[in-house]
Amino acid sequence: MEVVIAIAIGVLVAAGVWLVLRPRTYQVLVGLSLLSYATNLFIFSVGSLSIDKEPIAQAGLPANLENYTDPMPQSLVLTAIVIGFATTALFLVVLLALRGLTDSDHVDGGEERP
Amino acid sequence: MTDWPGSAHLIAAPVLLPLLTAALLIGLADRSRRTSVVLNLLSTLGSVVLAVALLRGVDAGDGPGALGVYMPGNWPVPFGIVLVLDRLSAMMLVLAACTALAALLFSLARWHRASVHWHPLLQLQLMGLNGAFLTADLFNLFVFFEVLLAASYGLLLHGGGAPRVRAGLHYIAVNLLASLLFLIGVALLYGITGTLNMADIAQKLPHVPAGDRGLLHAAAALLACAFLAKAAIWPLNFWLPSAYAAASAPAAAMFAILTKVGVYAVLRLWTLCFPPTAGASALFGGPVLMWGGMITVAFGAIGMLASQKLGRLAGFSIITSSGTVVAAISLDEPVVTGGALFYLASSTLVAAALFLLVELVERARRLEVEPPLADEFGPRMPMFHEMRRQDVNLDDQQVALIGRTIPAGLAVLGIAFLVCMLVIAGLPPLSGFVGKLAMLTALLETRFVQAAPGSGAAWLLFALLVASGLFAAIAFTRAFMAHFWATQGRTVPVLQLGELVPIVLLLAGCVGLAVRGDAVLRYTRAAAAELHAPTLYVSTVMRAQPVPPPAGAGAGAVP
Repeated sequence: MEVVIAIAIGVLVAAGVWLVLRPRTYQVLVGLSLLSYATNLFIFSVGSLSIDKEPIAQAGLPANLENYTDPMPQSLVLTAIVIGFATTALFLVVLLALRGLTDSDHVDGGEERP
Repeated sequence: MTDWPGSAHLIAAPVLLPLLTAALLIGLADRSRRTSVVLNLLSTLGSVVLAVALLRGVDAGDGPGALGVYMPGNWPVPFGIVLVLDRLSAMMLVLAACTALAALLFSLARWHRASVHWHPLLQLQLMGLNGAFLTADLFNLFVFFEVLLAASYGLLLHGGGAPRVRAGLHYIAVNLLASLLFLIGVALLYGITGTLNMADIAQKLPHVPAGDRGLLHAAAALLACAFLAKAAIWPLNFWLPSAYAAASAPAAAMFAILTKVGVYAVLRLWTLCFPPTAGASALFGGPVLMWGGMITVAFGAIGMLASQKLGRLAGFSIITSSGTVVAAISLDEPVVTGGALFYLASSTLVAAALFLLVELVERARRLEVEPPLADEFGPRMPMFHEMRRQDVNLDDQQVALIGRTIPAGLAVLGIAFLVCMLVIAGLPPLSGFVGKLAMLTALLETRFVQAAPGSGAAWLLFALLVASGLFAAIAFTRAFMAHFWATQGRTVPVLQLGELVPIVLLLAGCVGLAVRGDAVLRYTRAAAAELHAPTLYVSTVMRAQPVPPPAGAGAGAVP
């Protein structure tokens, strides 16, 4: 399972970095989204990956990572998702404003003309 | 600090007051501009008073009493979020409140009419700043960073127009990437240490097993990237000059404190986590801070020489100042850091004043060179159309809006500009000189007299501090001549008294720092001594106890 998650994060980051370096605003937006997905998966995986374990300490069992999964990264991810969503939406608005103001979807508001 | 009941809660007030004001202001929206102005003004004044009160309280205390620890959720320490007030955070609170007050006063003359969201955004910005300075929890620091960044996106776009939107897009993209790095760093640190409380992290770092040390250093490096990008350290500072030059004047003045947040975060976490006593990780990353800071000083100085526009000149002066502070703290000498903190206070105030001044000077120039731009792109963008037309109206009808004009406008502007130059270049007799002198003498004492190891880099820093002052003096003198002497047949700029007041206040702050230099230096040295001996911070935070529930509470109230 660690391998699957690691590959998924790696692919998302690779695609995200490539897209962020593209000259079109929409590509940058999608790249930033992919990077934030990768980050969220990464935070989630920090708290020990396990299947079928609740983030609740069970009565009678010692509260260590053998018996339950750490709830902290899950709450961190929740916060990060909300904040990332809001800032991405803001970026989208600015992207549309630039598109409207300059008639171009280049990140600099116009192609470089030699 | 506990003179009267409830004064312990005062530590949370710098976050709560702007938050509540912003909520009220959003509710008011455009219903009554006058009410918004009065409310915002009262709240910002309240923030200044509060910050000064906290600073005096912190300064009066000594030893463990000098640290205020507040638990907002009343959870025991490593689990709940903690706010901690020490000398450094109190000083940053005062600086943030003063800059916000100046930006607000300046905007009241003209800029606040460009959009109804100006007032709430300013308060949210202040809230994010205060929270970032107070919090002692790493993830909470991230949240406050996002609050202040989100507000700064709005402030940067304030006024609209294609140049601002373009600069805003770059600024948002860079900061989103930096935030992602921040998150990855926080997650890694949590994975290694199992805690998010900064004091607890600092306590656990020496015990990290050798196998995890690489990961730990990677986490620290990722966090440093995020903070150094905010602090405009080379090579992560290419976004700054164009973004700050594009922002409206009061927003840019507010941004003067924004780069200092990055510097603050580096200073706080680096001194806390990697003191010389940290075992295998002692002073980790020190050379990077040292050389990065010095290259930044050189970069900023050359940038100042190369700038033609005043806005970019001001942006590069900010880069130089944050490079200076970062390089100075990396020596891990409390005396040098004390001087650097003094320099930080003075450079924040003067950078804010300079950004406000730039607009007035440029306005005087633009009125004459070209008529105020109407709508550059036509009514293509309804979202910004209304705001911009309002803006242009103001330009055209400026005379009608003015209560009093200053007859000798150009003279006043010229004197203010010269004062800015003296402070930024570090020439006597103003506060920039005191700050630089304190750093230089401390460098001489600690590195050269005792011939400590690593004095080569310190020599270079010494030379760079002096040379960057010279470069700044040249660049500012040239700009001064271009804008104030070569003015044949120029119309006298139309200034409002309200626009000069904040500039005069900020510069008076610089003069005050120089006049009371002894007391301020004593304070910043005490702050630096606290920073470089983090055991007091760690033990005070870790020993803080939650408030016991009131005795009268029934069993049903406490599950």
